[in-house]
Amino acid sequence: MSEKKTNLVDLGFMDARIKLIDIAAFLDRIDRHEQSDDYRVAALKEALPELLSAEPGRAARVLNLLSDQSNEPVSESKIQGAFGAPSPEQ
Amino acid sequence: MVSRTTDDYMALACAGCKAVNEPAFWAGFDRASSQGFYDYFRQITEYEPKRAAKFCIDHYCWLCINPKESEDVGLAREVISIIPDFIDCDNVLGIGEIGLNKNTRNELQILEEHIQLAVDHDQMILVHTPHLEDKLKGTKLIVDALSNHSSVDPSKVIIDHVEEHTAPLVIDKGFWAGMTLYPESKVTPNRAVDMLELYGHERVWMNSACDWGVSDPLSVPKAALEMKRRGYDDSFIDKVVYLNPAQFMGQNPKFKLS
Repeated sequence: MSEKKTNLVDLGFMDARIKLIDIAAFLDRIDRHEQSDDYRVAALKEALPELLSAEPGRAARVLNLLSDQSNEPVSESKIQGAFGAPSPEQ
Repeated sequence: MVSRTTDDYMALACAGCKAVNEPAFWAGFDRASSQGFYDYFRQITEYEPKRAAKFCIDHYCWLCINPKESEDVGLAREVISIIPDFIDCDNVLGIGEIGLNKNTRNELQILEEHIQLAVDHDQMILVHTPHLEDKLKGTKLIVDALSNHSSVDPSKVIIDHVEEHTAPLVIDKGFWAGMTLYPESKVTPNRAVDMLELYGHERVWMNSACDWGVSDPLSVPKAALEMKRRGYDDSFIDKVVYLNPAQFMGQNPKFKLS
């Protein structure tokens, strides 16, 4: 690695800023359209506090909160796709 | 890359790409019969290498029935039975991308039968982990299935699409970890470099997704740029984007870079 330390805040702040605003705008949008009552929105809101955690590993913890935590294979699935958060049935 | 246009081959060639790996994967729809897979295997072993060669890119592939189509056990077994007809093709590196999709019993059964096929024919294995909320559970089931088979050599297995919460599960068991880069919805170049910093750069293969969905074939060069921006030197970048994949694929004597 080079001796000169790269300023990662210079490198990444604007990208993080726009993503934060995007999330805020998304929550405003679904409230405005009265569509907040969705398990995926609930999962998103449950994960958001991790951003303010002082502990490293926020990305992994957010992913875990958005994951199916069961361990046994299911007997069948009628769908092929995934939706980004575990459904209440999982 | 059956799902990409020649524009992408041109872009890759101009970016210095020497070889592409094409695992057998979902066509975006479910194929109607094993004959559809037979034709697909012909496409990736006969035609696609010629298309890549026009851009001076070597083309390698892997064979299987993908997890999205594994729920139909009868069809899956028909497809598995024709794979040996193609294993000796010059550009076939192993069995893949096998794995799980919705983590069903049938998918797991077919995964295990693919693993046995690979062991019987002394082939390397490339594994797809499920997407989004299914990834954690699927990765655990996949790692268990592979680890429970006494003849599987972890150094010849790559488990792909790792993210921050699944990479340790894969790396700690001695498997190779694949980071598949997408422009949206899944691992970005920035996060891939983060994972190198968190989990090390041994047994890690960073790859650009080039499938039917929104993909950026230049994701790996962009990750290389991110490494450069963070201060990593050329030898480190070369190891991650070139030497590592060459090391893994080089375990098959068919793999030779032009």
